[in-house]
Amino acid sequence: MATVITSKKACSVNPLKMSQPIGAALAFLGLNRCMPLLHGSQGCTAFGLVLFVRHFREAIPLQTTAMNEVATILGGMDNVEQAIVNICNRARPEVIGLCSTGLTETKGDDVEGYLKLIRAKHPELDGVPIVYVSTPDYKDAFQDGWSKAVTGIVRQLAQPAAVRAERQVNVLAGSHLTPGDLEEIREMAEAFGLDPILVPDLSGSLDGHIPEDFSPTTLGGTRLEQIRAMGASRATIAVGEQMRPAAEALEQKTGVPYTLFERLTGLTANDRLLAFLSRESGRQVPDKYRRQRSQLVDAMLDGHFFFGGKRVAVGAEPDLLWDVGCWLAEMGCELEAVTTAHSPLLERLPSAEVTIGDLEDLERLAHGCDLLITHSHGRQAAERLGIPFLRMGMPTFDRLGAAHRLSVGYRGTRDLVFEIGNLFLANAHDNRPDTWTPAKEERHAGAPATAH
Amino acid sequence: MATLAGKIQQVFDEPACGKNQAKSDKERKKGCSKQLQPGAAAGGCAFDGAKIALQPITDVAHLVHGPIACEGNSWDNRGAKSSGARLYRTGFTTDINETDVVFGGEKRLFKSIKEILDKYDPPAVFVYQTCVTALIGDDIEAVCKAASAKFGKPVIPVNAPGFVGSKNLGNKLAGEALLDHVIGTEEPAYTTPYDINIIGEYNLAGELWQVKPLLDELGIRILSCISGDARYHEVASSHRARAAMMVCSKAMINVARKMEERYGIPFFEGSFYGISDMSDSLRQIARLLVEKGAPAELTERTEALIRREEARAWERLDPYRERLAGKRVLLITGGVKSWSVVAALQEVGLEIVGTSVKKSTKEDKERIKEIMGDDAHMFDDMTPREMYRMLKEARADIMLSGGRSQFVALKAKMPWLDINQERHHAYAGYEGMVALVREIEKSLYNPIWEQVRTPAPWDAAPL
Ligand code: SF4
Repeated sequence: MATVITSKKACSVNPLKMSQPIGAALAFLGLNRCMPLLHGSQGCTAFGLVLFVRHFREAIPLQTTAMNEVATILGGMDNVEQAIVNICNRARPEVIGLCSTGLTETKGDDVEGYLKLIRAKHPELDGVPIVYVSTPDYKDAFQDGWSKAVTGIVRQLAQPAAVRAERQVNVLAGSHLTPGDLEEIREMAEAFGLDPILVPDLSGSLDGHIPEDFSPTTLGGTRLEQIRAMGASRATIAVGEQMRPAAEALEQKTGVPYTLFERLTGLTANDRLLAFLSRESGRQVPDKYRRQRSQLVDAMLDGHFFFGGKRVAVGAEPDLLWDVGCWLAEMGCELEAVTTAHSPLLERLPSAEVTIGDLEDLERLAHGCDLLITHSHGRQAAERLGIPFLRMGMPTFDRLGAAHRLSVGYRGTRDLVFEIGNLFLANAHDNRPDTWTPAKEERHAGAPATAH
Repeated sequence: MATLAGKIQQVFDEPACGKNQAKSDKERKKGCSKQLQPGAAAGGCAFDGAKIALQPITDVAHLVHGPIACEGNSWDNRGAKSSGARLYRTGFTTDINETDVVFGGEKRLFKSIKEILDKYDPPAVFVYQTCVTALIGDDIEAVCKAASAKFGKPVIPVNAPGFVGSKNLGNKLAGEALLDHVIGTEEPAYTTPYDINIIGEYNLAGELWQVKPLLDELGIRILSCISGDARYHEVASSHRARAAMMVCSKAMINVARKMEERYGIPFFEGSFYGISDMSDSLRQIARLLVEKGAPAELTERTEALIRREEARAWERLDPYRERLAGKRVLLITGGVKSWSVVAALQEVGLEIVGTSVKKSTKEDKERIKEIMGDDAHMFDDMTPREMYRMLKEARADIMLSGGRSQFVALKAKMPWLDINQERHHAYAGYEGMVALVREIEKSLYNPIWEQVRTPAPWDAAPL
């Protein structure tokens, strides 16, 4: 049980948080032949673009309605219309994901109303669905934007089905999962003979494949007809608390029941998933996973020596924090936690406190910790603190392979035990002649000497 | 917003800008940013431009007033290096919430300034305006003034909210902020007849340090670089320089021109890229200093240094000539950098098969024509698809561009080199030219190309 602390500072220092609209935009990037479009000034799109390019090391389709000051004051109808028409003419997308920004929300643009007018005026665009989400920058955070976009996608595009596809399951994937994680989840489901539809599916679009030709939209990701067919699935697997609203919306609309998996890192978390898949498919857990499970158990036995009693400071969005934080606690670590926004999970975190704050807060809490885990922006803090640093989350711009980092499944968890265990090992302190000699001041105060 | 509108008009009226002077009055009022096409636009906002121009001042706090989008999505992502102070890499933002949007964010801004001064004690705080806070009418100039008065530290408003225009406009508005609030507010500890300013150089990847040792050797002191590796005090006392170089970009032309007007500091426009441009810049610096009263022998010493450095650079470049001769380069870069880089690459025998001139002025285009000859392939607006085709069909051997378009080349399985902001290598001066050529050679001849272009055996022929 954790006490949730909201930072009292007026000024955020070294932000941990990123904004909602680009979280929504990234969700749209998991759809095939999609063009995400931010309704706002061009700079917001440029920043999002650069961020994703540096994280995924991929070309990123992302457009803007290019609002300037005058357009903002007059209202953005013309810009939204022109943007949609231009995108359709130039990029021929199958779907457009439209996200508002702080600027156009402050002005109060009625985008839903605009879309109705645009639809009436441009029947030629009828074949291109436009999913709109309201994502003001001054509320919530990246993960919330993602969550809203996915909810919008299923609400608008999934169709109820008359006939059940017996082996088909939906997977609603949270923003904390990498393309590598998604690949792993897909393989697990397929190993049970199930036919998963992943929404969104960054493992199709941003997994680093080399297309045969240049494409101005996403290439790969969930196809429109797959989303439409979600209503025929036998079940929905929602990964991450942020996917609950989307799973509920889907259940309401199509009657497909959902099961929420709050996290997929750790032994018991994956036991639960595999038991579920086994039940749903009516098949035994394949040998491959029995083997992987025993490898993970073995890794935990080998690794626990180095995890027990370690203090780890984690800065991440709520679902990633939950995923990593709970697992670290299960390995015997103590947790210092900073996150970006509210979530029903926070109070249940296995730490004394969790701060909704920034990397300045995390740096303060990380003093004396054995490991820092956060996205790449933690690099300055790690340097100052002089403790090992593991990059997790978005953005990871100064290391290769962010898209393929695997931390779900037995295999992903096993590799994480090794990776983090090795960081602890590499940083272990050798005993020295003065290790047990009390330091001067401490002798005064009568405090026990601490290892350093 | 009246003052901001006035500022923008003034910046658009820049008399030292050749492109501007060729326009009619009416055209000029419209400004130099092309009308953006919704759904087909790319590029940063004015705030981005302002931040790029000022963030290299390393010892001040850069505070972004706005929602999380502006700073949260972009902080610490630029390559300007510092020789000491690190505060410029700390991301400060008011991260305004819904309540602030409704009731105004000025109080939060004021408190933020106080928190920063209390915790980090910088010599100054730069406050950046952004779209939402501009729209709700937060008066950052007033807040900065009040904070300066109350805390006794310079608090500098940088009024360049994203939606007023492009990055380039933001650069200029940043320059205006320096002119209005910083330059001339402090005095240097001492002056010499060899003091210069370098304007519009951001020390990306540490490029200034490829040039500085040569200036040091000549006894020329960079009184202030605006703003690469700068300290607040240096910029504040930069008005005592004898001469200035404006680094080949119109981005900060207003700063150079107004400093000439106000403080009689003559300037020239030059570039550190390429051997001949580098030599030319050194020559010009010496010439202006001598004209302003530095001993005439500086000219001779400069020429001697140029002779020595050029000979050394050519000697180091020689081994590459054979391997690079006739290799075709596609150069995609913003504006004015084009001609200086074109000349530089041709110096070692590379062939430029195309260059983008999207952001170039008419003058720049003339220069490129001069350098490349009449059959210069200048593209006004090359789409990524066209670039991809050109590479895929092997009409070019390598692409040099900014980070964003790198995948156009890499996905075509063609070499690519980063020559924009976030690059890791420094390419300035004689050292930089050698480094650039070395990088191009490394890229072109990396053994991976052959491997990655070979299809899998089962795709090449049926098994
Ligand atoms: S366009 Fe406006 S809101 Fe967007 S990043 Fe630039 S200043 Fe911020």
